[in-house]
Amino acid sequence: MSDITQDDVGYVAPAENAEQDLYHPKSWITKYVFCQDAKVIAIQYASTAIAIGLVALVLSWLMRLQLGFPDSFSFIEPADYYQFITAHGMIMVVYLLTALFLGGFGNYMIPLMVGARDMAFPYVNMVSYWVYLTAVLVLIASFFVPGGPTGAGWTLYPPQAILSGTPGSDGGIILMLVSLALFIVGFTMGGLNYVVTVLQSRTRGMTLMRMPLTIWGIFTATVLALLAFPALFVGAIMMLLDRILGTSFFMPSIVELGEHLSYSGGSPILFQHLFWFFGHPEVYIVALPAFGIVSDLIAVHSRRHIFGYRMMVWAIVIIGALSFVVWAHHMYVSGMNPYFGFFFATTTLIIAIPTALKVYNWTLTLWKGNIRLNTPMLFAIGFIVTFLNGGITGLFLGNVAIDVPLSDTMFVVAHFHMVMGVAPMLVVFGAIYHWYPLITGKMYSEALGKFHFWVTFLGAYLIYFPMHYLGFVGVPRRYFELGDTQIFTESVGQLNAFISIMTFIVGFAQIVFFYNMFRSYIVGKKSEMNPWGAASLEWMTPEMPPGHGNWGKSLPLVYRWAYDYGVPGARDDFIPQNMAPKDVPMEKKARKSTRKRKS
Amino acid sequence: MITALIIVLVAVGSVVFHMMSPWWWTEIASNWGFIDTTIIITFWVTGVVYVAILLFVGYCIWKFRYKENRKVEYEPENHKLETWLTVLTSLGVIVMLAPGLIAWKQFITVPDDATEFEILGQQWQWNYRLPGKDGKLGKSDNRNITAENPFGVDSNDPNGKDDILIEADDLHLPIGKPVKLLLRSMDVLHNFYVPQFRGKMDIVPGMVTYFWFTPTRTGNFEVLCAELCGVGHHAMRGNVIVDDQANYDKWLGEQQTFAQTMAQYENGNKIGKTAGLASKPEPGDRAQKVSSQ
Repeated sequence: MSDITQDDVGYVAPAENAEQDLYHPKSWITKYVFCQDAKVIAIQYASTAIAIGLVALVLSWLMRLQLGFPDSFSFIEPADYYQFITAHGMIMVVYLLTALFLGGFGNYMIPLMVGARDMAFPYVNMVSYWVYLTAVLVLIASFFVPGGPTGAGWTLYPPQAILSGTPGSDGGIILMLVSLALFIVGFTMGGLNYVVTVLQSRTRGMTLMRMPLTIWGIFTATVLALLAFPALFVGAIMMLLDRILGTSFFMPSIVELGEHLSYSGGSPILFQHLFWFFGHPEVYIVALPAFGIVSDLIAVHSRRHIFGYRMMVWAIVIIGALSFVVWAHHMYVSGMNPYFGFFFATTTLIIAIPTALKVYNWTLTLWKGNIRLNTPMLFAIGFIVTFLNGGITGLFLGNVAIDVPLSDTMFVVAHFHMVMGVAPMLVVFGAIYHWYPLITGKMYSEALGKFHFWVTFLGAYLIYFPMHYLGFVGVPRRYFELGDTQIFTESVGQLNAFISIMTFIVGFAQIVFFYNMFRSYIVGKKSEMNPWGAASLEWMTPEMPPGHGNWGKSLPLVYRWAYDYGVPGARDDFIPQNMAPKDVPMEKKARKSTRKRKS
Repeated sequence: MITALIIVLVAVGSVVFHMMSPWWWTEIASNWGFIDTTIIITFWVTGVVYVAILLFVGYCIWKFRYKENRKVEYEPENHKLETWLTVLTSLGVIVMLAPGLIAWKQFITVPDDATEFEILGQQWQWNYRLPGKDGKLGKSDNRNITAENPFGVDSNDPNGKDDILIEADDLHLPIGKPVKLLLRSMDVLHNFYVPQFRGKMDIVPGMVTYFWFTPTRTGNFEVLCAELCGVGHHAMRGNVIVDDQANYDKWLGEQQTFAQTMAQYENGNKIGKTAGLASKPEPGDRAQKVSSQ
């Protein structure tokens, strides 16, 4: 992995950018508000995403109140309930997870991990955040228009999304679509930046196959997003035209409550294809950065290189590519041509192979490692468990015939929450704890962190694992209440009540997380440089937290991959990426070349 | 130590929960037992992998817990191991996919002797149309729908005259005979779902979708709408009653045909329910109506 060393090539120092001073922030506003430093933009993205995510958390409590105790909360009407589930889903998938992984971690980590001073286009990067914020504000505004936000489900399927039988079909749906369009515009600005930065701004020696998997995950996810979001954009614009101008892209002839509407000839399934052509890659837009980040957490805290690095990289790329040919597995019972089922079931189960290999490689990284069970590592292990669980239930739903009884039931809800809700969120927490010392310069409280982990992990498992079984019974999703139904026995209601109670426990446990973050920032003890003994470049900045421009006077040079942990013969249990082979402190006895051993 | 123990407990606990769970699928009432079998196969394959990996993780974090001077193994790649894992995983996938595809082939291949029944979904009730004595359903189109003709049957099509119309009432099916359900919607997406039949398909306005099954036991089965269709989605229920042939024929004899209902309208004494064509209530009223049910 470190066959080419910088010493072999005559080294000319890169021309340092003298104009750098020109864009150093001059005032408080340009430093903290309209800032072009990717690290500040990252914090802005992350804070906004987490803030709107808290709204989604409260919405989930409200819907769990209704599901767990159906007759107790008269203030929740069916229309409210459907608005809660819609806003909750949309916020979590798009405005929280996508924005947090790419806008948050992408912005912070890409320049630092590839050894760049900043994003390739800092100004566009700044605009990206402000457009994203506008999209969030438009989404919030939809709560305050007459009729409220849309209650069409996060999938926004027409025709019901724009007809009067669905809550929020007046202004709510219009603002929802406008907000999505804005989000995509903002994301495209940021996304192009991430891609160009990874491809063009890597420092000397940082070859693609030396990049940390975090960057591979974020990079591939961004490419997916740039290709997938346009399908949603087009779908949103077409639906807006149907709603406002009365076109019939998605609208066939309809008799709504006895009244003939003026639509005719459109195809509701066309929207579903557009939506899921975005929607399935979207799963991997969230999952791939989580894959990458968790690989790094596991390697650092196991004090061992990631196992099968090249296979991990190719698995990310292959999963990304395959994610564009599996979308119709969301539509097995949509009424599309049933023969599609054979193709999409096959591609879907094939995607399980590279995904399973990633799981194997994470666990094989633990093998013969030296595992430090601190908070970030616990979250990484929690991710392996929940992701494995959610991935396995995906094998049920992806296998077309099994999907017939299970689709549109609580099994689906449990599956996607486990695989793209709980698992990525555990990575988000793990990553925040892991990089907290880098971002703030302080150390968090390990005790509070561990408490937060155990309540969140076990609580979430207890919420979603039993929920699958409600799906087997046949409990449909998106039901305001189950009512009197012979097949839904009393025990179904009891399980629902249990799940609701757990959601409150897990939700409230997040207070511990925020308390830990704020308290440690103010009174936490100062962190030493590179407290984890990590080998990757983001910990090698001259100051911590890194200043504007990241690297002080000169850019780092990279001599090796990001996973030189436990290299035989070396004195320390890690070798930083930017340490020249001649500088590596060796063990006294066996003074052998590290290069030979590694090939 | 505790962490490793909890990971092992999660694995064991999940298996115990699975075996003890009172929440399991309903007794099947159709010919789709093979789908249940495929689920069981998938449970075995994935369950073994799940438990094995969790136990391996638990073992690793106990065995290789942090020690100051522990030497870790430096082995970035192991092609043999990676190849073996790829092959084994692929085999597991084939074991699950093959029965799944076979079951799907059966699911979409309708037997020639299946009787066609039409299901017409609307916000938020189920309507049904049965072919009359000629065994054929007349043509229909949403654009033909009027107060007198709530199914939009083409009145020029002779096949439609003897069609039997059932509005917002129970559907009866004869036991042991394959039925092909033709699914139509008046307004938005719906999904005709009876848990005991295992089958399910979206109902899409503007097109006719279908699925088939053979009822295998008599009884009363509840219909649930399984595709979000607006504020009354959860209240869109109905009943399918599977009868033996004698009871089915008796019930069938009591139903009205399309020609009969049209004639009644022409005579001016309309009997039965309509979709409320005269006045269009506000969505708020409908929401209230639904929530008070």
